[in-house]
Amino acid sequence: MSALVTSTERLQRLLALVPYVVSRKVVGLAETAAAFGVSERELVDDLNLLWCVELRAPDPYCPIDLSYEGGEIVVSQAESIGRPLRLAVDEASALLVALRMLAEVPGLEDRSALSRLIAKLEDAAGEAASVSSQVAVQVDMPPGDGPDGLAAQLGAALSAGRRVHLRYYVPGRDEATERDVDPMRLLVVDGRPYLEGWCLRAESVRTFRLDRVLQLTVLDRASSPPPEATPVDVDQGLFRPSPDDVHVELELSAEGRWVAEYYPCESVSDLPDGRLRVILRTPDTGWVRRLALRLGEDCRVLAPPALVSEVHQSATAALANYVV
Amino acid sequence: MSKRKTERLLGLVVCLLSTGRYLTAEQVREAVPGYPEQDDLFKRMFERDKEDLRDLGVPLETGLNHPFDDDPGYRIRQQAYELPELRLEADEAAVLGLAARVWQRAELAGAAAGALLKLRAAGIEADDEPGAARGIEPRLGTPEPAFGPLWEAVRDRRPVTFSYRAAGRSEPQQRELEPWGVVNRHGRWYVAGRDRGRGATRVFRLGRIAGAVKFCGPAGSVTVPDGADVRELVRDWDSTPARDHTAVLRVRSGTGVGLRQHAVSVTADATEPDGWDLVTTRFADVGSFADYAAWFGPDVVVLDPPDLREAVIRKLKGVLT
Repeated sequence: MSALVTSTERLQRLLALVPYVVSRKVVGLAETAAAFGVSERELVDDLNLLWCVELRAPDPYCPIDLSYEGGEIVVSQAESIGRPLRLAVDEASALLVALRMLAEVPGLEDRSALSRLIAKLEDAAGEAASVSSQVAVQVDMPPGDGPDGLAAQLGAALSAGRRVHLRYYVPGRDEATERDVDPMRLLVVDGRPYLEGWCLRAESVRTFRLDRVLQLTVLDRASSPPPEATPVDVDQGLFRPSPDDVHVELELSAEGRWVAEYYPCESVSDLPDGRLRVILRTPDTGWVRRLALRLGEDCRVLAPPALVSEVHQSATAALANYVV
Repeated sequence: MSKRKTERLLGLVVCLLSTGRYLTAEQVREAVPGYPEQDDLFKRMFERDKEDLRDLGVPLETGLNHPFDDDPGYRIRQQAYELPELRLEADEAAVLGLAARVWQRAELAGAAAGALLKLRAAGIEADDEPGAARGIEPRLGTPEPAFGPLWEAVRDRRPVTFSYRAAGRSEPQQRELEPWGVVNRHGRWYVAGRDRGRGATRVFRLGRIAGAVKFCGPAGSVTVPDGADVRELVRDWDSTPARDHTAVLRVRSGTGVGLRQHAVSVTADATEPDGWDLVTTRFADVGSFADYAAWFGPDVVVLDPPDLREAVIRKLKGVLT
């Protein structure tokens, strides 16, 4: 049994276990163990514990009666714990905040199911639901909101399984690229929508920020990502450094500290006077050169040497444009 | 984990749920096995048990059966304890599955899982793999360590104190805040509330909080003013000012794609036919637009207004010093 489970956590599980069985009348041991994320042995321990509960006064009695013969659990007497405990504030909030965020996701079809579910949960949670309104997540809307907007078109392409053509802006290279993409999923990570799809130009799975899509056309061809198109594991983060990435080292002034908040850094260390030293890895240093120009005296590129000279050359060329 | 404690707590819950009347501590000791004989030990253990149950969200009531009773009694009302009846349609269960996945590894992941377990216990089958089928996968992260304590502070209406490094400041400052709510905007978490030191409404970015967030007052001591909309507060704090200035730029052909996207007009530069355009665009303030123009390096030259032109030149010189 997991040593990390506290007595109250186990109590929580037991209080859910009884109604879980009661509401299903008969339910298999294996299925129940899976639903509660425990082994069958742990589950049997839980059932034995429930069965052994005894109250002594006024008269001794055992409030809970159950059996699990032949791998089937039946609760014949559940007393007063036949229904689950109410949702706690944290629990109600976690679901309601997530649902309200989903309600803002552009292109989501099930708006009516969402609002019905939100109303039902608010109702069931009662008091506990009120704090959830103090937590909000804003979803960034891509340009062209509305039925003809980008999100709606993308939603249509996803549900109809159609290929799309994108005009996609890459700010780091200041380039508008043209590509055909077989849409796989709409990712909404930290309030920002992305299209995940098989990019026929790159011949790999790519994620595209919707706010950088300049134009989207739904094509009259079926979307057919190849079998090797594996979805990104969003829990590992959308941007993962690769071993081939360039190692970039920057020193930022207090004014330039925001860089560490905006870009995924491998390491961030504080220097005197609020300055920072950051290390980041990137497959393409073009955007760092532009970032250095943008930051002016608030950023020093320390490595790699090639980038140091690129930044210098670029700033010199830009200044030359101003010499009349 | 102690099995005996779990048994005792379970007995306590069943006992207090089954009684219509308030039971005194002594009556509880008689009914529920597992409490010690010694009075002071019992008292301490019973206090802790009550606290544990309240932390789980069990609505434990204290009261008197009769106004002249000496000792308070305890009970749990069935109606206050139970999750009300809840029936979900198939499409509602599907979005529930989606919502439960949103927090995945973030601060409220445990709470979302707990909620889902209770709903399952009520007989609801949430769709487990809804993402793949519906082509949507939403996630919310809470990488800022301050999220946990600030969420608790908002939930329990408690004031907090923390050290905060405002944008561009070299030294962090100690702030005392009555937090009203937390908001995620552009993927970052903010807290809004009343800054006690400033005596005014303030918004803070969680990522700029240095070190620990500490509670500095009891639960329930913060009042959120009526009509305070934390979302709006954060939006105002973070909003882009109106673009009421006009800039004229020379932009190399085929470059400045992002700039041209919002341009008022683009015309070929007659004075220099070899590949430059004149781009007129609106901007909000000199500082941030100079940053933006510098991003394009030698591909964008500011012609007008002079203060914007000077700002870009200064910035580029800054790169070279």
